[in-house]
Amino acid sequence: MKANAVNLIEKEWILPGNRTCPGCALSLAYRHVLKALEGQCIVTVPASCATVLHGMYPISAVNVPCVNTPFASTGASATGLVAGLKALGRKGITVLAFAGDGGTHDIGIQSLSGAAERQIDFMYICYDNEGYMNTGNQRSGSTPLGAVSGTTPVLGKQQYQKDMTAIMEAHGLPFVATCSASYPLDLYEKVKKARTIEGTRFIHIHTPCPPGWLFPFSDTIKFGEMAVETGLVVLYEIEDGIFRLTSASESIARKGGNLQPVREYFTSQGRFKTITEEQIDELQEWVNARWKQCLHRATNL
Amino acid sequence: MAVQRKSNMHIIDGNQSAAIAAKMSRVQVVAAYPITPQTPLTEQLSQFVEQGELKAEYVAVESEHSAMAVCTSASIVGARAFTGTSSHGLAYMHEMLHWAAGARLPIVLACVNRAIGAPWNVLNDQQDSISQRDTGWIQIYCRNNQEIMDTLIQAYRIAEQVYVPVMVCYDGYILSHTEMPVDVPDQADVDRYLPPYKPHTTLDPANPKNYNLVTLANPRIGVDGKLYHGYMELRYLLQEALQNSRETILQAGREFNEIFGRDYARMFWEDRSEDAEITIVAMGSLAMEAIVAADMLREEGLKVGVLGLRVFRPFPKSDVVQALRKSRLIVVFDKNISYGSEGATCSEIKSALYGTYINASIRNFIVGLGGRDVKARELAEATKKAIASLKETVINPDYPEWICQI
Amino acid sequence: MGTRDCNHICDESSPGIGEAGRTGEWRTSLPVVDDTKCTASRLNKPTCFLCWLYCPEAVMTKAIPPTIDMEYCKGCGICAQVCPVQAITMLPEEKNIG
Repeated sequence: MKANAVNLIEKEWILPGNRTCPGCALSLAYRHVLKALEGQCIVTVPASCATVLHGMYPISAVNVPCVNTPFASTGASATGLVAGLKALGRKGITVLAFAGDGGTHDIGIQSLSGAAERQIDFMYICYDNEGYMNTGNQRSGSTPLGAVSGTTPVLGKQQYQKDMTAIMEAHGLPFVATCSASYPLDLYEKVKKARTIEGTRFIHIHTPCPPGWLFPFSDTIKFGEMAVETGLVVLYEIEDGIFRLTSASESIARKGGNLQPVREYFTSQGRFKTITEEQIDELQEWVNARWKQCLHRATNL
Repeated sequence: MAVQRKSNMHIIDGNQSAAIAAKMSRVQVVAAYPITPQTPLTEQLSQFVEQGELKAEYVAVESEHSAMAVCTSASIVGARAFTGTSSHGLAYMHEMLHWAAGARLPIVLACVNRAIGAPWNVLNDQQDSISQRDTGWIQIYCRNNQEIMDTLIQAYRIAEQVYVPVMVCYDGYILSHTEMPVDVPDQADVDRYLPPYKPHTTLDPANPKNYNLVTLANPRIGVDGKLYHGYMELRYLLQEALQNSRETILQAGREFNEIFGRDYARMFWEDRSEDAEITIVAMGSLAMEAIVAADMLREEGLKVGVLGLRVFRPFPKSDVVQALRKSRLIVVFDKNISYGSEGATCSEIKSALYGTYINASIRNFIVGLGGRDVKARELAEATKKAIASLKETVINPDYPEWICQI
Repeated sequence: MGTRDCNHICDESSPGIGEAGRTGEWRTSLPVVDDTKCTASRLNKPTCFLCWLYCPEAVMTKAIPPTIDMEYCKGCGICAQVCPVQAITMLPEEKNIG
């Protein structure tokens, strides 16, 4: 039975009164990740907003065991947890690495790639708020073209986002998927499926960030949905090389494949205040081309 | 009282000695990245695992930073973890070395001492491990391949008792690639000496603890209403653990002697210190060379002794003072340099002697960097030069002398 | 008061609600549920629950009628945004506004 809001497990593993900002998509996404894992995991977290969520000694704001690890080491830390559990003969626990985009696309890519190449049996989830939000919004490898940040303060970022999911797909993983915090049931299903698969599993979650992207706290879900409806984020999964569109992206494809124009997504967020018409056109073309590829690759339409 | 036991002599190099010691310590997770001159150590361990001689997870990581991250996470989950590295590899681990000690994880690391670039140099000095002296690790230096074997086994005893990681340092090539006779212990004896690892951490979904969260400067009340440490208290506890580890180190050495018949109940090695007026101080294999130099000088009628440093962290200040009490001249040879100051072991000796009744002159020589050969004759000549310098002044010079061709 | 009776040698934390304090005090607007509009309440059966599904704080109950833990609700207003029948209104939180 597919998960819905009515039948979804009621138990919570993130506790109220944690340190995330109001309207935090990371908090929402993590809530459903832990539901899908039913808390049967050991988490490793590098420096990130997730560190903030987890709390301050001696109180944690989560009901799952966790080791915090330095920024560059997430994939290796997961490897160590897996190796340790194996050496001790402990079974039935998912090792979950939970890192932000800076910790994944930038400083953590080496240890992640190493762990994936070794096919370590763990789940790596990158929650992507498109910048170093924990340090007050600086540019990362996942900050979009045109976005103003603490380190692209005047001109906005001049480069495209790094496609981390494609990089991880190239490692020949048994399961890679993209998600959005605005589609928690799709996210839940994917994590639940990934839980049953052996080997390195990579899941990317788009997590809009109100204070970093400069939109009202209440609009987190709206911007996540808008990203999917415009095709800036495409929801898919690749299981053993088979590509499927899922959730809203699948619905859009089935209904003729017409995406919303990207324009409003950019003009309604404060971080794109310096974006130019040319950049918006460029991004529209990029979205169109990628969407075409996705439609071509999808095996479930 | 040493027990009588059959010896089991093998002619092996330092890396093999370390690999066998790790195997006999029943390490459960090995993570390493190849680097000269450590490479044969990690190759040997992977072979032990692939051949089924060692029941462990061998992780061929993609970097030394990851090697130590694998070790910290494996250790925190409850497994006995081992790694080995050298030079740039150790430097690349630097962040994770702090993390291992800060989280009080009893990992053992074999550091095969090698010079650090630039420029590239694969040969021996001790700049690599000395550069990591402030990371909170216990550091023990070996003089020969037997000591590598024995120290590595003791290292787990010590580390797991005080919950501080231990770095076992041995000189690249001079020991790592030089074969010498080593008495290999029986596995049953090692098992008797080294009980299984009892972690102080719990990673269990049924009892969900979080480790290494952000910690405030000041203590904070926990969910049970009790007051918990602030960051500074946790740092104090690490310092206290190292300060108090001396007794554990000596005990581990004593009990090692009881089972294996080789006495390590000492923080350093002493040679003819009883009547020595002049003491040569050196660390690692250089301490062996210093004994030969002392032989030469004794033949010339000079009352020379040797203090071979073994435990560099914690630095055994009081023991050193006791050992140097009769010296009027201390000649310290360092295979490292704290640029702009002097050799690291010389600074330690000076610091230990300050405020005591010992008012010896101290001369520091920097030797053997980047594999420059150090002969006993050179150590003897330098010692004589130091003696001669006393005629001019007994005051210690600001900076060390270098034995090189400038 | 010292910390010597805390036997931790490293940083080990236990889970607790309100780790960041009473985060309800962060609120600048207050969600108010109109039970006469709420679908689950109106039909008196377990349905919809989108407010519960989307709450980032896990402060919403999956109950009829849905309730909110005001001690910790940060007042983001996502519940009001996702409610398909506009049963949740965000009102100014007078006591927390300057």
